[in-house]
Amino acid sequence: MADLWLQFILTIDATLRVATPLILCAMAGIFSERAGIIDISLEGKMLMAAFAAASVAAVTGSPWAGLGVAILTSLALSLLHGFACITHKGNQVISGLAINILASGLTVTLGIAIFARGGQTPLLGKGERFGSLQLPFADWIGAHIPFIGPIYKEIISGHNILVWLAFAAVAITYYVVFKTSFGLRLRAVGEKPEAIDSAGISVSSMRFQAVLLAGLLTGIAGAYLSTAHGAGFIREMTAGKGYIALAAMIFGKWRPGPALLACLMFGFLDALAARLQGVSLPYIGEVSTDLILALPYIMTVVLLAGFIGTATPPKAIGVPYVKER
Amino acid sequence: MTEARWARLIDIVILPLVNLLAAFVVSGIIIAAIGENPFHALGVMIKGAFYYKGALGYTLFYTTNFIFTGLAVAVAFHALLFNIGGEGQAAMGGLAIGLVALLLDTSLPAYLVVLIAIGGAFLFGGIWGAIPGYLQAKRGSHIVITTIMFNFIAASIMVWLLAGMLIAPGQMSPETRSFADDVSLAKIHTIAEYFGWKIANSPLNLSFVVALLCCAGVWVLIWRTRLGYAIRATGFSERAAIYGGHQPARIIIITMAISGGLAGLMALNEILGVQHRVILNFTAGYGFTGIAVALMGRNHPVGIIFASLLFGALYQGGAELDFEFQTITREMVVMIQGLIILFSGALAYMFNPALQKIFARLLQPSDGAASVKGGIDG
Repeated sequence: MADLWLQFILTIDATLRVATPLILCAMAGIFSERAGIIDISLEGKMLMAAFAAASVAAVTGSPWAGLGVAILTSLALSLLHGFACITHKGNQVISGLAINILASGLTVTLGIAIFARGGQTPLLGKGERFGSLQLPFADWIGAHIPFIGPIYKEIISGHNILVWLAFAAVAITYYVVFKTSFGLRLRAVGEKPEAIDSAGISVSSMRFQAVLLAGLLTGIAGAYLSTAHGAGFIREMTAGKGYIALAAMIFGKWRPGPALLACLMFGFLDALAARLQGVSLPYIGEVSTDLILALPYIMTVVLLAGFIGTATPPKAIGVPYVKER
Repeated sequence: MTEARWARLIDIVILPLVNLLAAFVVSGIIIAAIGENPFHALGVMIKGAFYYKGALGYTLFYTTNFIFTGLAVAVAFHALLFNIGGEGQAAMGGLAIGLVALLLDTSLPAYLVVLIAIGGAFLFGGIWGAIPGYLQAKRGSHIVITTIMFNFIAASIMVWLLAGMLIAPGQMSPETRSFADDVSLAKIHTIAEYFGWKIANSPLNLSFVVALLCCAGVWVLIWRTRLGYAIRATGFSERAAIYGGHQPARIIIITMAISGGLAGLMALNEILGVQHRVILNFTAGYGFTGIAVALMGRNHPVGIIFASLLFGALYQGGAELDFEFQTITREMVVMIQGLIILFSGALAYMFNPALQKIFARLLQPSDGAASVKGGIDG
């Protein structure tokens, strides 16, 4: 029983680690899409940021420098997205797709040119990545207090700072989007941009700010992948996480709290699939992990089709704003 | 030439070329930043795509993939639907070919198996497109999101089946057994040999002919049939389509079925043409490239053939980079592709005002700017 409990706790612990980049990207998506800009480029921005973080950390030895450059890289791609879809009123999906494909090619190209390791960056040492933070007495409490102890030791303690930051980002996103006047304008610009325009506020400027906030969060997610969760950049290391985050955001109906829960659920499925790999369960037999991994996508399709509640996107999403003359 | 024709020329020929040039200039700058000579790289790629023995065959082989996926995206675009599910639809097409071949290749004559497999590829791809179409038309889901999700679901299904039920007995890698010998589409070089021509060996096969037939078919469908008219009407305005007596929901589902079917046919080239078994990830991003192809080809079959040829040359020429350079590889092509989608898709009209000004000045040195501009907007 105690063993099963520990297995469960370790799965929850893995869930938090897997869910962190999803949470950051889902919050990024909320900022962008609430302002009316579809962002399927979460994937590409995260990939470029992961590459930037690992490269800079490898060269300078500092994960913080890596994080800084990762954020700048992601912000630059956000500006490109904004330039295409806000300034030039281009198609937001096409722009996002272009960024994803560009990132996929550019990371490998630059990786080979700089490090000559087939697209990977050098393996990062202990001081070159974000280490796990042990909370006080974690080992003692974990060993001496039954049931609750392992929760403290495995789930609460032992995470790196970016995991905490991801959870903080949810609270901050909620506060900014729903409790400030900036957030009110942000939501208005995604629902009824004419109203914002007639109030004398620039729609373009609001949308650019939203897109940049998204870039900031995606940059942190990228740095997490390559310098906290992993120890270096690997080709295509985002592996669809940007799209899962997008699905989680839709699943959470464009709200931070529910999106967080969706990220945790999708993360849990991922962690569970990793644990169940090749394991034969009593009565059920061997479960196909491939199908567990497909569940987030299937659930999102089912939700979007209105079979479980409704998911209504912001009204002006995907529509470039043209001032009436 | 009248002003309206000049305007059309700018829109259809000059603007796409300028956008393409912009993508190449940025690529060149990146190559130079890496420390290689961009003109040398371009030379290597052109040679690799057209000059060496068999190079053209390989280029046309890749072109075939892009024609299928490009047509798929274009057909959907005509109804204002954005099908980015080409990857998943092509994978399902491959699955259909595999199922047909594995079940029937010992009991039916090979040509029949091949014909059924082609129909199956269209059908499975079509179903994988029609479901998102149905969800958009009847349940209000956004087709972009649904088709993205369907790509991932298809990928999971493929891993699940190829690593499980369909895996070749006694094999470790996730792929099916090879099909019976004649269950394949003939290579062009063997056909040429039959007629007494000697051309270099390449994977180019009859799928290329099927692709060209599909181009003709799509042209007829879109511009010469009632259904095509309904598709364009739906794309123009759903209300107008209803007024014209069409049912947009039905048209959306049918359009997505045709679009998905065309993407599914891409599997002919890879599976029936070359592999003769189903492998994982044979779609290799061709579904996404189809978007770039459709954008560059302006959703017209003729444009799509040219754009496919360009991307075919980029893929084949890009492979040559690996041999010539230490620092740049074929992944460079993925980057160039991203830039092409950016400039000819998202930033398609960035250069338009400038071009209009230039041409207005060239045409009528006095006061032509306004009139040419009017012609383009109209």
